[in-house]
Amino acid sequence: MASGIKDKVAVLGMGCSKFGERWDCGGEELMVEAYLEAMEDAGIETNQVEAAWFSTHIDEIGVGKGGTPLSTALRLPNIPVTRVENFCASGSEAFRGAVYAVAAGACDIALALGMEKLKDTGYGGLPAGQQGTLNPLWSANGSAPGNFAQLASAYRAKHGVSKEDLKRAIAHVSVKSHENGAKNPKAHLRRPVTEEQVMNAPMIAEPLGLFDCCGVSDGAAAAIVTTPEIAKSMGKDNLITVKALQLALSNGLESQHNSWDGSYFHTARIAAKRAYEEAGIKNPREEVSMMEVHDCFSITEMVTMEDLFISPEGGAVKDVMDGFYDADGQVPCQIDGGLKCFGHPIGASGLRMLYEMYLQLQGRAGERQLKDPKIGLTHNLGGAPMSNVCSVAIIGAQGV
Amino acid sequence: MVGIKAYGGYIPRLRLSRKAMAQANAWFSPGLMGQAKGERSLANWDEDSVTMAVEAARDCLNGTTRDDIDGVYFASTTMPFADRQNSGILSAALTLSEDIPAADVTSSQRAGTTALLTALNAVNGGAGKCQLVAAGDKRKARSASNQEFQFGDGAAALLVSGDDGIARFLGSHSITVDFVDHFRGEEEEFDYGWEERWIRDEGLIKIVPRAVKGALEKAGVSGDQIDHFVFPCTFPRIPQTIAKQCGIDPEKVRDNLGAVCGETGTAHALVMLVDALQDAEPGQKIVVAGFGQGCDALVFETTPALKDLSGRNGVKGSLANRKEETNYMKYLAFNGLVELEKGMRAEVDKKTALTTTYRKRDMLFGLVGGRCTKCGTAQFPRSRICVNPNCQAVDSQEPYSFADKKGQILSWSADYLAYSMDPPSHYGMITFEEGGRFLCDITDVEPGTIDSGMNVRMVFRIKDFDDRRGFRRYFWKAVPEL
Repeated sequence: MASGIKDKVAVLGMGCSKFGERWDCGGEELMVEAYLEAMEDAGIETNQVEAAWFSTHIDEIGVGKGGTPLSTALRLPNIPVTRVENFCASGSEAFRGAVYAVAAGACDIALALGMEKLKDTGYGGLPAGQQGTLNPLWSANGSAPGNFAQLASAYRAKHGVSKEDLKRAIAHVSVKSHENGAKNPKAHLRRPVTEEQVMNAPMIAEPLGLFDCCGVSDGAAAAIVTTPEIAKSMGKDNLITVKALQLALSNGLESQHNSWDGSYFHTARIAAKRAYEEAGIKNPREEVSMMEVHDCFSITEMVTMEDLFISPEGGAVKDVMDGFYDADGQVPCQIDGGLKCFGHPIGASGLRMLYEMYLQLQGRAGERQLKDPKIGLTHNLGGAPMSNVCSVAIIGAQGV
Repeated sequence: MVGIKAYGGYIPRLRLSRKAMAQANAWFSPGLMGQAKGERSLANWDEDSVTMAVEAARDCLNGTTRDDIDGVYFASTTMPFADRQNSGILSAALTLSEDIPAADVTSSQRAGTTALLTALNAVNGGAGKCQLVAAGDKRKARSASNQEFQFGDGAAALLVSGDDGIARFLGSHSITVDFVDHFRGEEEEFDYGWEERWIRDEGLIKIVPRAVKGALEKAGVSGDQIDHFVFPCTFPRIPQTIAKQCGIDPEKVRDNLGAVCGETGTAHALVMLVDALQDAEPGQKIVVAGFGQGCDALVFETTPALKDLSGRNGVKGSLANRKEETNYMKYLAFNGLVELEKGMRAEVDKKTALTTTYRKRDMLFGLVGGRCTKCGTAQFPRSRICVNPNCQAVDSQEPYSFADKKGQILSWSADYLAYSMDPPSHYGMITFEEGGRFLCDITDVEPGTIDSGMNVRMVFRIKDFDDRRGFRRYFWKAVPEL
């Protein structure tokens, strides 16, 4: 029986570029921006990095399908660089690779860096990509918002929620994230919005309006990991260690078998259960201090609250409206603004979530700082409700 | 002995108001206001002559075994492919046997009657036992032309078999003469027509009676015995004049459906025949004539079995499934008569992998998935390992068609971001009552009219156009049953 990842790996340093419409720079510069901050935070030199994992998903925009864009931009000393892609969960996948390498003893210090340059495509939203040769022949002609919007209709049908009540609850999800994002100097969208603004915004994919959709941004985020022993030997204290790293992938059940009702993420529930077990968490609603979840769309965040077993099934609407996930609520969620306002550079997002949890746990989150958080959870999802990759990671202070 | 065994019809749901058409064009051609009466059928953006023929054929074959069909004909002058067998697409969509011949019948407005006659002759001559004839047209006409007011979109299908069926074939006569009332050159988009008075006086009135009289004579039937005279013609009173010349009571001339549908090209003689069969009593005699570089005339006599044929829309049921359209711009857009700004999302290359298309042909054309012989789970697409988490048997699935299975909407969205010719793009997870599901495009739907739990039926439609290469690909979509 595997012993799990808990407390075997510590975060030595992290960095994150300013997210947003970075007309001023390309992917290489974004990588360097996140990397230099992480290196300074870790207090190491480039020649101390022994292996790297690089996540970027939309490969057509300049960087190509290998690891050399990272290696070249950072002038890495000819170390192994593995490029990983797992849809929008790619950043968590890079982190997983680096953490596992350290835990395995294959290297002492490893780098995970995720980057996406989306704003050179000319698209307002995510660029419309190629899907291979078979999928486009039969898959619905949809978009990300339309795929995630499916959750809303199924959720309403299952829990008997009216269109109006659901629309207002998901509006509150976005209002909360805008409030948080306004306090984050690195966030893409920094303007608070009202519930009425959100509810009256132009429709993108029913029932999701413009403010129910996350920002499409350029950005990069990086983590440097090592063992707790090495970190201590380098003079680090207040170590933040990895408590759980789980990944669950759809196997066709949701999209092909009638046992799934369309209102939740089958994979998220599995990944969450495994992560809580790995981290030794018995009652997540009480034990998780804060979360960064994959709020690509407001409805995604709302149903995820149930999938992570924080809200009871059918209880997310009430919790959201009660402010349970607001900055001053019991389990603050998207305290950095989330994908919604910090932005969503695909390959970077999983690492960006960890970056905020890391800052909060170290008490370095500035104006956004929560009071004494112990356990931070990140939930990073790629794909669509009916077929996806779901990562749940938990980090916290060593010994907690 | 040979006859028609079953019929089916399909008229697309949208009906464009001729008043709206005339008003949009009156600034340019005030005379069109004289045609501002009734409505014409309008195919949705994802329909063409093949998809409409598939719907008519499915209506025709409803409740009939398809295993017996040993030949298929598709008639149209608006076939989507000039060099790719269009009847092959029809045959695949209907999951007919691959071990049968198929033929495209085209290049004349009488191609529909010619296809029917060919099938009747083949079966009569012993070359087949049961053959399917389908005709469909989505005709293109210039904006503000008379043709766009006269034309409609639609299809009809007939099953021909070696017994009397519902209408026994009594005889026919054909005339072939290069009378060019209109033509469309190889690379032309639109027809070019000659003076109407000449078409009427030298063409219709002289050629059609020759064919009809010849057919009546061969059938051993006199004109006054005819109960229904089916002859598509947009000239008022000319069918009555022709009927009189042939000894047929002018009262027996069938309505050309001009007011409610418009003329559906090569399909129209068959559309009108199906409409006649839906009105006919057993023991009635019907003449069908199709004009175009000559004329085909066929004589039938209905049998008592006519009244037993049920479970189909035919033309009447299809006409009753109607949605008024008053937006002339939409008609222009659906027919490629105006260039809309489609945005960046329409730029995605729609190149189709022909290898994949062929390998997955039963899935893509026939909506054939799999059913696990171990646990009974129906699933789409068919795969080597069963999707049921409690089964996962390997190589246990037999082909299983979803085309006629009842489905329901589990989840849906109306998407304004994804590119669609008719936004918002509707799609959703469709679950089938007997098992299986997939995320599916939803078509023939108005915003605000659908929700989870609604029943759907599956239809064969155009999935995407590859304008760069002149290709189009087909797949199945869900239509809500309101």
